[in-house]
Amino acid sequence: MRITVAPDMELQQKLEILADAAKYDASCASSGAARKDSRGGKGVGSTGGAGICHSYAPDGRCISLLKVLLTNACLYDCHYCINRRSSNVQRARFTPDELVRLTLDFYKRNFIEGLFLSSGIIQSADYTMELVIEVARKLREDHHFRGYIHLKMIPEASPALIEKAGRYADRVSINIELPTQQGLSKLAPEKNLARTQEAMGHLRERIDERFADQRRPGALKPPPFATGQSTQMLVGADDSTDAVILRRADVLYGDYRLRRVYYSGFSPIPQPSSLLPLRPPPLVREHRLYQADWLLRFYGFKVEEIASDAAPNLDLQLDPKLVWALRNRACFPADVNRASREILLRVPGLGVRNVDRILSARRFTRLRLADLVRLRVPMKKVLPFLITADHTPTRFGLDDDALRARFLPPPRQAELDFHSPPAATVGDLVSVRSGEL
Amino acid sequence: MHTVPIQPVFESWRDRARELLASGVPPEEVLWSDEPQAPGLFATLEEVAPRGAVPKVSPVFLDLARSVAAHRDGRRWSVLYRVLWRLTRGGERHLLAVATDGDVRQLQQWAKAVGRDIHKMHAFVRFRLVAQDEATGREQFVAWFEPEHRIVLLAAGFFERRFAGMDWSILTPDDCAHWDGVTLHFTPGVPRRAAPDEDALDDLWRTYYRSIFNPARLKVSAMQSEMPKKYWKNLPEAPLIADLIAGSGGRVEKMLRTEASAPRPAPKNRYLDSLRDRTAS
Repeated sequence: MRITVAPDMELQQKLEILADAAKYDASCASSGAARKDSRGGKGVGSTGGAGICHSYAPDGRCISLLKVLLTNACLYDCHYCINRRSSNVQRARFTPDELVRLTLDFYKRNFIEGLFLSSGIIQSADYTMELVIEVARKLREDHHFRGYIHLKMIPEASPALIEKAGRYADRVSINIELPTQQGLSKLAPEKNLARTQEAMGHLRERIDERFADQRRPGALKPPPFATGQSTQMLVGADDSTDAVILRRADVLYGDYRLRRVYYSGFSPIPQPSSLLPLRPPPLVREHRLYQADWLLRFYGFKVEEIASDAAPNLDLQLDPKLVWALRNRACFPADVNRASREILLRVPGLGVRNVDRILSARRFTRLRLADLVRLRVPMKKVLPFLITADHTPTRFGLDDDALRARFLPPPRQAELDFHSPPAATVGDLVSVRSGEL
Repeated sequence: MHTVPIQPVFESWRDRARELLASGVPPEEVLWSDEPQAPGLFATLEEVAPRGAVPKVSPVFLDLARSVAAHRDGRRWSVLYRVLWRLTRGGERHLLAVATDGDVRQLQQWAKAVGRDIHKMHAFVRFRLVAQDEATGREQFVAWFEPEHRIVLLAAGFFERRFAGMDWSILTPDDCAHWDGVTLHFTPGVPRRAAPDEDALDDLWRTYYRSIFNPARLKVSAMQSEMPKKYWKNLPEAPLIADLIAGSGGRVEKMLRTEASAPRPAPKNRYLDSLRDRTAS
């Protein structure tokens, strides 16, 4: 198969096409890298500590890295993807030198933390992986670049190449895209869940080695390797429920020790495929999945407590922690001056940082409502669930059938302003396209 | 009442606070003034001779105080001294663990605001290439920034570690930081016109900014809470924002009106065949 890429395209136009092609990847994180900097070296760059967002686009997303594809020509036909081989999108390809120059020029102006490089698959997985590696190699070895590099791995590439890429990168990722093989078979026929997880397993071994205990006498310095891996799952492109998505995420965190699973609400693309749903999922579904993800990782929740076969999808109106509390009212009220950390973490409205502040402060003082106000705890939310030195919620409050209603967002007023009618929503536009009312 | 004139920097406050503490002067008897020309209304200016030893204080407090000192709120010196007094002479050794205490909370909020301002400076400084040193070949960059608090000294180390391989100056109205590959040094503030307005790479950066934006996910308030408008005037990409927002509805509409394409059979390709064989085996 031949995809024509104009050879003499201007750099500006390539950047336009290949950044546009990369924007559906939600990850732009630049945190969690090993500490390194450019002092005493010949180039620029530093990593370590929290990543920095150097700008924000009007979609609310952080712009931290130069996130581009090496080329958007692709042999694969993933139907949710603008770059699939059957799409009519214009194709372009950077040379490794162009990308190296662009990364360094942007970096020196403090526009970015580094490079996030991915690519459409051309010729073969190995051929493509080698091109990607060559960019990272030039940056690290020829230009002494010590900034952040995130490389997208191709699970079908040979293990030796994946390993080589990981040596230049701070972060590596393989996108799982959909939580089940059925979903992949339908929408991404070239992708395979078992292959992807196998490659994640290899990456995990290398990453674990890097962090192996070096204090033992005679321990060797670990080989340089990325400090973590992440992935992305699409939401709303197939009919997977939130329970299916969260169970897959739980496996990825547990068995493959991923640093992050990104959830990306499928959004309309300029070259849609007829296999995709007409209606993109509401953005709030993605938001609820991130909240649930946080509960799994930092709040001690199990997937089955948040989404189960009985209630497989998250409540779009209320956050999952509040929903759990409303379903488990017998666990409350909790006493802010006595309850364990585990219990306090389950109180709606108390976050990890405030729980830790409370645990620290209550060793020296009995906490009252005013103390919580000073911590900027959302009072309306916590009051039914919490006992303080000067407050005990009535049992009636927790038993009240209307308690859920107290937390619902207020109903929206119908728009009756004919002079400036409300802007069309995505839903309206979908109905234009589908003829659906 | 003692009026204590200081320079508006941490070290100046620390030196005087140490003397006052050693002399046992309680916080309600101190009026801090970081404008030396303007002594307090009812104050008497007198030297406080240190009597007795200076009590020890934890490094946690000193770190907190260093951050708070960079804040612009005029009350910071007196709250710092009150907390210092309570920690040492007041018998509240564990006070910093009580985040619900009004004074502690106030200090933490000031420190947080300063930390955020430093973070935003690390994010939003934009270097412009001005020259290349003929002898050394080192590129020379200049940036203009307007921090909310007096953070240049606290924020500069990051730029040294990151941009060690180039010469740079960051100019601000309060203080300026300079790096020449060997030393980091500071000079007084300068006006805006001292810094260049543009860089040849600005256009490419704007192309990237425009292209990475997804019009189908407009979330303007999320953008503004992280990138408040006060920073926009020094960001080369900011002038694009209004048009990107205005045009997004039409772009999404066009996507949704585009006829969906049906899947086509896979082309004849050796690599794709090999993938199918792998999946089958």
